[in-house]
Amino acid sequence: MPVKVIVPTPLRRFAAERSSVECEAATVGDALRQLTTSYRELKKHLYTDDGRIRSFVNVYLNDDDIRFLKQEQTRTKDGDTITIVPSIAGGADAARLRLIV
Amino acid sequence: MIPPPHLPDGTRQDMIHLDENLATGIRAHAAREYPYECCGALLGADGATGREVRALLPLANGRDDSPRNRFLISADEVCAAERAAAERGLGLIGWYHSHPDHPARPSEFDREHAWPWYSYIIVRVAGGAAEEMTSWRLRDDRTHYDPEEIQPAPAGSPAMGGKPTVPA
Repeated sequence: MPVKVIVPTPLRRFAAERSSVECEAATVGDALRQLTTSYRELKKHLYTDDGRIRSFVNVYLNDDDIRFLKQEQTRTKDGDTITIVPSIAGGADAARLRLIV
Repeated sequence: MIPPPHLPDGTRQDMIHLDENLATGIRAHAAREYPYECCGALLGADGATGREVRALLPLANGRDDSPRNRFLISADEVCAAERAAAERGLGLIGWYHSHPDHPARPSEFDREHAWPWYSYIIVRVAGGAAEEMTSWRLRDDRTHYDPEEIQPAPAGSPAMGGKPTVPA
């Protein structure tokens, strides 16, 4: 079933500058795996080293956050749109005071 | 676009143009929120002479639990910032936040949560007074930030007079 995956602006450089990618996928997880297989440089920005979606990566199936559906097992249907939206976090590391530059 | 030059140690040297009035707007926001962290969006564009900030979008810090050393901008606010940029014919090119009583350097927590391509401006606030301001971009391999030189806006810039904009 063809679904469209919207690539967020900061990651488009890793997806041949494409703003969206269409793929055949039965679940949201399938679609994201296809995306990161086609564009391997995307993977480290979307997934942790142990294969989980990073906490600041938000994935929506149409208008719904997949955290409130069946996560990556959420089933897709023809014409669905999956959108990857960043959330932005940071701050001074008072506990460790470890600077990384 | 012309690729950024590299310093002798191999780090990229990007550049970001920031009108002094906009820099003053960031410092004022940071001082106003002290001792908590402030945060906001940078609206602008990439051009032939580098990246340019043309407007600010101050945002509320979503971290009620530890606002002295953390900030959070939700996905909804990111989408709102993208819409605000598009309505002005601009792009969402990065983010700013403050480090109260800490250096204007990215922390490990900053790196773990950063996205590539965006510019991240950090301003140090010491005892309520905004001081050093720096800008950074995450390397594509997520291992480090590279510094981004802050330069005044080029002559004839359409920077919006330094008036921070607010979400609709």
